[in-house]
Formats: sequence, structure tokens, C-alpha cells
Amino acid sequence: MSEALVRLDGVSKRFDATAAIAEMTTTIMGGGITGLAGPDGAGKTTLLRLILGLLKPDSGTLSVCGRDPISEASEVRDLVAYMPQRFGLYEDLTVLENLSLYADLRAVIGEDRRSAFDRLLTFTSLAPFAGRIAGALSGGMKQKLGLACALIRTPRLLLLDEPTAGVDPVSRRELWRMVRTLTSEGIGVVWSTAYLEEAERCERVLLMNDGRLVYEGTPSEITSRMAGRSFHVRNAGERRRAVLAAAAKMPGVIDGVIQGANVRIVLAAGATPPSAEDFKGLSLEVVPTPPRFEDAFVNLLGSATPAVSRLPTAADPATRSAGPVIEARELTRRYGSFTAADRISFAIGRGEIFGLLGPNGAGKSTTFKMLCGLLRPTSGEARVAGLDVAVQTSAARNRLGYMAQKFSLYGDLSVAQNLEFFAGVYGLTGAGRRRAVERVTDAFGLKRYLDTNAGTLPAGYKQRLALSCAVMHEPPVLFLDEPTSGVDPLTRREFWAHINALVHSGVTVMVTTHFLDEAEYCDRIALIYRGRVIATGSPDDLKASVRTPALSDPTLEDAFIALVEADDQKAVA
Amino acid sequence: MMPLALQSTDRFRRIGALIRKETRQIIRDPSTIVIAVILPLTLLFLFGYGVSFDARRIEIGLVVEDPTPETGSFTASLTNSPLFAARTARDRHNFDSDLVAGRIDGIVILAANFAAQAARGDRAPIQVIVDGSDPNKATLVRNYLQGVWGNWLTQEAIARGERVTVPLTVVPRVWFNPELSSHHYLVPGSIAIILMLIGALLTALVVAREWERGTMEALLATPVGIIDILAGKLIPYFVLGMITMTLATGTALFLFKVPFRGSFAVLALMTAVFLTTALAQGLLISTLTRNQLVAAQSTMISAFLPSFFLSGFVFEIAGMPLSLRIISYAVPARYFVSGLQTLFLAGNVWSVIWPNLAGMAIIASIYITLTASKTKTRLD
Amino acid sequence: MRPRLWSLIVKELLANWRDRRNRIILLISPMIQVLIFSFAATQEVKNVPLAVLDEDRSVLSRELISRFEASPQFSQVMRLEGVADIAPAIDSREAPAVLHIAQDFSRRLTAGQPVQVQLLLDGRRSNAAQIIQGYTVEIVDRLNAEFARLGSLRGPPSFVVARTWFNPNSDTLWSTVPGLFAVLTTSVGMMVSALSVARERELGSFEQLLVSPLTSLEILAGKAASALVIAVAETTIVMLIAMYVLVVPMEGSMLLLYGSMIVYLLSIIGIGLFISSLSSTQQQAVIGNFMFLAPAILLSGYATPVSNMPDWLQTLTLANPVRHFVVIAKGAFLKDLPIDVIATHLWPLALIAVVTLSAATWLFREKTG
Repeated sequence: MSEALVRLDGVSKRFDATAAIAEMTTTIMGGGITGLAGPDGAGKTTLLRLILGLLKPDSGTLSVCGRDPISEASEVRDLVAYMPQRFGLYEDLTVLENLSLYADLRAVIGEDRRSAFDRLLTFTSLAPFAGRIAGALSGGMKQKLGLACALIRTPRLLLLDEPTAGVDPVSRRELWRMVRTLTSEGIGVVWSTAYLEEAERCERVLLMNDGRLVYEGTPSEITSRMAGRSFHVRNAGERRRAVLAAAAKMPGVIDGVIQGANVRIVLAAGATPPSAEDFKGLSLEVVPTPPRFEDAFVNLLGSATPAVSRLPTAADPATRSAGPVIEARELTRRYGSFTAADRISFAIGRGEIFGLLGPNGAGKSTTFKMLCGLLRPTSGEARVAGLDVAVQTSAARNRLGYMAQKFSLYGDLSVAQNLEFFAGVYGLTGAGRRRAVERVTDAFGLKRYLDTNAGTLPAGYKQRLALSCAVMHEPPVLFLDEPTSGVDPLTRREFWAHINALVHSGVTVMVTTHFLDEAEYCDRIALIYRGRVIATGSPDDLKASVRTPALSDPTLEDAFIALVEADDQKAVA
Repeated sequence: MMPLALQSTDRFRRIGALIRKETRQIIRDPSTIVIAVILPLTLLFLFGYGVSFDARRIEIGLVVEDPTPETGSFTASLTNSPLFAARTARDRHNFDSDLVAGRIDGIVILAANFAAQAARGDRAPIQVIVDGSDPNKATLVRNYLQGVWGNWLTQEAIARGERVTVPLTVVPRVWFNPELSSHHYLVPGSIAIILMLIGALLTALVVAREWERGTMEALLATPVGIIDILAGKLIPYFVLGMITMTLATGTALFLFKVPFRGSFAVLALMTAVFLTTALAQGLLISTLTRNQLVAAQSTMISAFLPSFFLSGFVFEIAGMPLSLRIISYAVPARYFVSGLQTLFLAGNVWSVIWPNLAGMAIIASIYITLTASKTKTRLD
Repeated sequence: MRPRLWSLIVKELLANWRDRRNRIILLISPMIQVLIFSFAATQEVKNVPLAVLDEDRSVLSRELISRFEASPQFSQVMRLEGVADIAPAIDSREAPAVLHIAQDFSRRLTAGQPVQVQLLLDGRRSNAAQIIQGYTVEIVDRLNAEFARLGSLRGPPSFVVARTWFNPNSDTLWSTVPGLFAVLTTSVGMMVSALSVARERELGSFEQLLVSPLTSLEILAGKAASALVIAVAETTIVMLIAMYVLVVPMEGSMLLLYGSMIVYLLSIIGIGLFISSLSSTQQQAVIGNFMFLAPAILLSGYATPVSNMPDWLQTLTLANPVRHFVVIAKGAFLKDLPIDVIATHLWPLALIAVVTLSAATWLFREKTG
């Protein structure tokens, strides 16, 4: 059915002292999607750049469509299309101008060009936006345009570097559908991704870690090795975070995540599953569930035990208080005639994790920013811990912790200096400051990195440091803005272990995310679309609301897409 | 393999596409227009109005210790000169603090025995005190006062019916700029500084921007070659630089009334060579840094400051220590400043133009060679 | 409030210090600039060649030429062969001046008749031309005194003797260094403050700062204070280089200099913070910085005197803080400027500081609100 498009034989690439790719030998075939998965810094991008001849291997041989990517660079680049991680579009040119540029660069002219434009604009449904400036497109549309530019001359091989990073579930699904169509035309695709459910749907998968190949083959083969090791702990309900924390400490458990009201655990090979009695005093049910690719990933790359937070937690979970801790009252924000957020209202109780979900540009960031006081509402009120954010700004800010999408600490300062600074900013002095710094240093295991520049920390530690700085002053409210975007599944688990521990001790968390498996951790979710809340409820409620005979067991992603589409139809009608 | 002819049409199409892309970006990006039009014109206005060596008025504190008809007539000849504005006092100390505060440019003291001494001796009975914190102006003030003094003596002698010829007189004739207007050479010189700055700054920023935004990686993933990318950048900014030059020249000629005695063809040739040097320096900077902030800072330090200080535009290269005089040969603006001053004021003097063209061409080829050797169609 | 502000100042200082490139730009670059540009910023005309066309070729004409050869202002005296050589010598910029001695030079002189020598000057640098003319007239006049004895002619006009205050030897460094000191103080103060907010915005730490209990006034105060500390420290280094390496005197009171420098820096930092609040990237801040610095320095009297500008422009420069500080700096180094004169420049600086700092605060709030 297919031929070998890329052959690597003992290929290595070093940057300074570290090996980005070490002695890699593999073959990439045409006519299907090859998933490229692995933690951050595993060498995924380096591998794609080597294939294209954008980097020169230090040793080993590499051939692409039978050619050498360095000495025959121009031929290889004629045959291979590439979409870099940061789409590489000219944001000040229109959709059509971007396409024309790449058509000229790839010598697609005359009749070919007209038909290519027709085909691609239809294919990407960008035809109505052909005259729009690329910078004004949504994230998902930019990715589609990037793909169209890469496909202007039908390639033999298409390399996609994390095409769905930061893209909402609706656009993600569309992109996937589009690339699927291409493989049916015989094009070979390499799809690098941080989403393991995407990797799971590929024909073949290359799993990388530290520049080495740890697995290559079909996803189903490695997943099937995990058969009989995955279980659902059902009916955990309100106690699910405690159940997860307890399960994480049980012998033989290597992974645990929350899925709505259930806790999903994965066991080490040969371990016996915990029984319901192991969770004292709770009427739980432990039932087997089919394995998935992510289980295999964690099994291969994760540590032997699930991440456990060392944050001190109260013996008993904090009780929910009556009054709301975070409250949005008719929050509205207008930019000229455009309403980014339209009378948004909700209330979040103490010790609750509240998720703000929605497609790119739907108003979720605007709402989020108004709640933590970064943006002044046009009308309405944002209250945190009983204080009006816009009026009692300084007092309200003393009670909230904030962690942004991008690593936003001071890269040139050491870890200790960052901690000292944030302690000082929150008014901690003397012994109080020392204690606070020691507390987070211990809890997040930052001791060995205290003198390291924050900018040079490994990704997981940056995440820990950011969280340390956000909770330094023990705020009752925590705002997380896409906290795990661009972070691999293992770091993400560790992060959520800490969040769960914080919530356990009564912290209220508000989070925005594009990862729907992450949204499963939320107690409640508000789905924001076109500036309005179109649905609220627990993850299970949302799933239940879209259940149909045809879709008997919808995922949260299914629910997300169905709800957005239903709202679209309502708007049309 | 494609036939050669087809390959070269492909190349032209690629370069053409890159030029179109760049042109659209230039037109749509307001900051490019700011750097290419507003910044140069603002600077030219500032240089034109704000920088001048021509003293408009010299403020003098005149001390007459013992007023006599002679001191009266000298005071009159001093105040009659449009250049001098004098205030009179009996006591020198009245003016000391004015000189310290910079309110006057010099003090002239007519001694008590002024009339008696004026007739004889080689030392004038007037004492002059100038402000040495600006030596250039101090020298001019002294020279002008010497002139006023000589004239006054002559007039006095004529009034007494004496023959007043001295053996040797120097008859100066100033070529190219008889009105001795420093604007006439400062304005053309400033054009060189401005063109250097924007030429290097624009290219450095736009190339660095492509690296920062990841568009360079996307470009490199297509079959474009290094020549395509370099040409696609250089040509539009070259044209933009030429437009800026036209605007600047027009301003110099029509607003500042600087004469132009050379030919526009030679001016265009010289500008073309200089712009190539400036653009090549910008390309080199961006190739080495790939970051807009560093590119902007490096351009200020490596293009603007040397052009301002070491090009001979305001400051005297001949007055600098030997080491700086040698370094100044590596500053492209030095050649262009000299060439522009000559073209505007003297005309097509090939003995000046050729060496200056050669100097710029050598520097340009060094930059281009360095850039080409540092640029690869790869990321490492 | 105090521990918060203190933490912010410490953080700003550390962030500026730990960034290697920043360290070079803020610390090393001004030191190099003062050492190089002090020597480059000269308007002194020396080491220039003089071309001479001697058509007389007599003892007397050679005597005249020898005076030029002995003069320290001219590096060499080139002999021209004929009138045809004059234009090429000037045109090609080989010599900025040509002295033309006519055939009847010695005959007329010995006959007791007045003689004219022609001095042809290159007007492409008219300032230098005027100074060369001054040198020439002085040399010729000194000779006149001797020649006068040969015939019945009068001696030359007696010389006006000038005393140069503040810089008795007319040392170029004494005039370039204080001006450069003012300019470098300005550029360091501007650079630190203009990058401060823009850097946080670009690196993403800005929002983290904004959600903290720090008020916008505290954030600005912290940034202004740290910029002030850095600029004063750097300026001190430049001043020590000026005093001990370049041996420029410091006549005025250090206390007054530092006092006015702080007021001045506050006005500059206000402008820097304003630009920084306006910029979304550091690159924009650098360009904005330049857009302010270039005009402000050109119109400060640093390169050419303010009094040479048209009147309307002179009035405009009263609003330019750099202009006032150039006067104060030159005064402090060379003149021991009395306090009342400093005061006339200090109150405009204080006023400008109030205006720029308020404008920066207003804009900062506007942009973050």
C-alpha cells in the first residue's frame, strides 16, 4: 500500500552538550498518518527539521524520498511540505496573498494555480475569508491557512509540528478530518502532537523520549499490552479527589486521573486491582475499563508511581461554605460595537474547581481577565472573596493567585530570587517570608534548583515554580489561564495533583483550558461561545445533555462540539 | 531535473513573489512608514534648523573703564556690526557672572589708557575674555573681534588722514560656499547619517522579525534559495531607501535652499552604492542576531553612533587622534558625507567621487560576503 | 506598602544586572563611548595640509611659507606648480586651503608697496575654512611687523589678546567630556526606563505583576527608583573616568551636581516610562527611545550652540530637559556654576519631571485599566 518515504539510520544531532536526537534509526511510510509523540524536549521538532534539511545531522544517514536533505535540499523541499509549530504566516497579508506567495515560491502557476486555490479554499472552508488579513483570523483558521499554504503543491510527505497546540476542540477535529482526506490521496503525513488521543488515532506512532525512540508501531499494539490493567473507580462523586489521592498511594497503582465522577487508575504489570473495601467507608465500585494509548505512554515514560503532591493538606476536606467565593454578575465587555463578553453570570463556591471552556475568540479570556482584575468590565461586577475586583482592587488581589498560560516569571532571576520577589510583593516580610519560601520550596521540590536561573529550568520545574509563586501568599482563590498548554501529559498530571491538594484544603480554582481531559477535573464547567454562557454543569451533566441513541457514551469533546453546533443552529434559526 | 531556462524563470518568479510580499508588508505596516518617512524628515528638519555653526549673534559685555571719544567710537563700531550685541558697564565684575552663566559669549575691556595705547604698540589696549567651555565659538569670537579691532584702527587712521596700508594682506576667497553657511554642508551630511540609520535599521528589523515570527522557517521549508531571500529583502528596501533619499534631497534643495552643483545621475549612483552598504550592514546584523530587540540596539550602536561621530559630518576628523582617524575609514558614512558635500556644493568632482565610491563598495562587499557566509538555508 | 516597593526595586535591579546583554549595554557601552567619543567630538581644526602656489620663488616668499611650515596647526605644506593645480587641489579635498603668492610679491614688498596674498578656501566645510583663515591672518600679521621695517609702511594692527576662561589651554577634551557626560546620563536613564515596562510585557511577566497587590503607582515608583539607581551608578563611573582617566577638572560642587542630576534623571525617566507604557515590545521601546533622544540631544546645545538656532527653536528648547542638563554638567565640570544659575535651570527640570512622571502614570493606568 505504501512506500518508505523517510529512512533514518543512526542519526544524531547535538546542540551544545545535549543530544537532541541520539542514534535514531527508523522508517516513515507513506499513505497514512505517523504520530510523533513524547514529552517536551524529546526531540520531535528537531526530528522534523532534520527530515526537511533545516538542520544538518551530526552523524548517521538520512534519506527523504530517496534524496539527501542537505545536498539535495531544494529537491527535498519540492517534495515535502512542512508546517512549523508557529504557523509561519504573514499576519499582515490576506489569506489569498499568503496563498499566492507560497504558490509562486513553489512554482504553481496558470491553470494549476487556479484549481489549487479553489481546492484549498473549499477544503479549508476559508473561501469566504479570502480577502481577510491573516492576523485577524482565529487560531484554528490560522492553522487551516497554514495547512493550505503547505499543501499548495501536493507533496509526497507532509510534516506537521503540533498543528493543534492552542487550538480549540472544534477546529482540532476539523484539522484532523482534513489531514485524513489527504492520506486517502496517498500523501504520507507526520503529525507531531502533545494530545495523546490524537496519537492514538494514527496508523503508526513514534514515541520519543530524550531524543531516543522508545516505541514505534501501531498505537493499538502498545495499547493492547496494557489490557487488564485499567480500572474505573465509580461513584466517587464529591470524594473523587480524596479517592484519587488515596489511590495514588496504593501499591501497584502507576497512574490515576479524574474523569467526571469517576477516578480512572492504571496498574503496574501483575498488580492486583484495589477492591472497593480499600477505600474505607465509601460505597465505591471498581470495574475494569478498556486501556487507551495514554496508559501505555504513562507506563513507558512515567515514574513507577503517580504524582503525589507534598502540599500539606487538611485532614478533612474543607466544607463548602454557603456564599460564593468567585462571582460574575452580568459581566459585559464591549470593544466598540463588538461585545466580547455579554452579561456573563455565575457563582463559584469554596473549594470548587470551575472550568471556563470555549472556542478561540469566544470570550473566555475576556471573562477570565475581568474576574482577576486585568480588564475593567464595561458593565456588571466581578467579585472575588466578597470584594469587588474593580473597586477594592488591591485587597482583592491579595486574595488571589494567578498563573498564566506562558511561563511568566523572571527568566534572568534565580528560582530563589523569584520566590523572594513574589513573597515581597504580597507583603510578606522577615520570618513570615522565610517560612512561606521554605514551605513552597519543600512542597514543590525546588530545593536543588534554588540558584538556577528560572529561564533555564526544565519545563516541569518552570510549571512548579510558577505555581509556587502563585500560591506563596496562600490565596483562597487561584486563577489558572491555560496552565498546561504546551506541557506534556506527565507534567500535567503532576500539576493537577498539586491543584487537587490545594482544593482539598479549601482553595477555589478557576481554570481555562483546551485539554478536555483536563476539564474532567472540574467540578463545574461554563461553556462560553460568542460572548455568552451557553451551558453550565458538571462534566457528566454536559456529557449527559448531548447523549443520543447514536452517541450513547459521549466524551467531553463530543459534548463541547455538539453544544457549540447546537448554538450555531439556534443562531441561524 | 528541470531545464536551466525553466529554473531561472522559477527563480525570478520566486524573487518577484517575495518582493511583492515585502512591498505589501511595507505599505501595511505603519511602523515601516514611520521609520522610512517620518523619522528621516524629522531628523532632517532637526539637522537643518537645530544644528549650525553660524553664530547669529554674539553677546558681548563691554567694559569701558574710562569713557573717552575713542572708546565711544570703538563701542559704536562694535555695536554697529550686526553680529555683535553689546551691553556696556564701567566695571568688569558686572559681567563675570554673566559669562559664567553663559548669558554672554565674551567680555571686552577697554583699558583706562585706551586712547593713548590705541595708536602704538603691537598689543591692543583691549582685553578680551572668552568662554572656553566651547572652544570653537571662543576662537570665532576672538577672530571676529580681531577683525572689528583692525577695521576700527583703519577707520581712525583714515579719519586722521593717514595712509593705512600694511605690507601684507590676506584676501580670502571661499569656494563653493561664499556665504559661509554651515547649513550648506551640514544638511547634505545629515542625509548620509539618516540614510545609514534607516537603511540598516529597517533591514535589520524586518529580517529579525521573520526569524522571531517563525515565517523564516516556513520560507526555508520551500525550495527558495539564499539569493532569493536576500534579493527579496534588499530590492524593496533599496527602492524605499531611494524614495527616502529623493524626499530628503528635495527637502534640502527647496526648503533649506542648499545649492546642487553636481548631476542627479551621479547622486543616484552614489546613493545606490551607499544604500547597498547600509542594507548589507542591516542584513548582517539581523543574520547574526535573529532578534528584533538586539537588532535595534546593535544598529544604533554600530550604525548610528559611528556615522554621527566619525563621518566628518559635524566633527573634524582631522582634529581626532590617529587611532580614530584610522577607524573612520571603516565608517561608510564618511565616504558618503564627503561625496554628498562635494556633489551639492562643488559638482561632479571625480577625484573625490571615485575614491569615495570605491571605499563604500569595498565595505559593502565585505558585509555582503560575511552575510552570505553566515546565512544558510538551514537553522543551525 | 514599603516591603512591596522594596521587593520590586530589588527585583528590577537584579533583572537588569543578571541579563548579560543588558549589562553590556548599560554598563560597558557608556564607558567605551566616553573613551572614544570624547576624542571624536572635536571641532578643533588641526593636522590640516596647506597647499601653496609660490609664483615669486624669492627669499621673501620662502620666508612667508616657512612660517606656515613652522605652524603647529598645519600638518604639511604642499607646493603647487601652477595656477592650473589650484582647482584640483581644492576640488579633490587634498587641501582645504591654497595660499597663492603672486609673481610681484617680493618686488612690491621691497619697493615698499602693499601686497595681497590670496587664500582660497574650501567652503564644503565653512567652519573649518573660517578657522583656517584665522590661523593664516595671524601668521601673516606677525610677519607684517617684520616686513614693515623694510619700507615706509605701517605695522599691522595690534593684536587682540584673548584670555580663555574655564579652559585656559582650549583643551578639546575639557569641552567634549562634560557634554558627553550629560548625553550618556540621558541615554542610560532613558534606556533602563524605556525597556522596563516593555520587557515585562514582552516576556509575559507583566500580567503576573498586575494581578499582584502592587498598585500601578507602586509599580511605576519601583521602576523609576531602580532606573534612578542604575543611572546614578553608571553616571558616577563615567564621571570618574572623565576626572581620572581623561583628566578633566571638576570645579563645581558635587552635591549640587548630584542634586540636579537626580531631578534631571526623574524628568528623563518619566519620558522613558511613558514610552515604555506605550510600547508593546522592547524593540518598539528602543525605536521610541531613539525618536526622543535624537531630537533632544541635537537641540540641547551638545553638538552646536543653542544660540545659533532660529529664535522660535531656541524658545522650544526651553522644554528640552537635555538642554538644561548640558548647561549644568558643563558648569559643574568647568565653571563652578553658582547655585542661583543652577536654579534657573533646575526649576524647569523639576517642572518637566512633574509633567513627564504624571503623563507616564496616566498612560500606564490607561493602558492597564
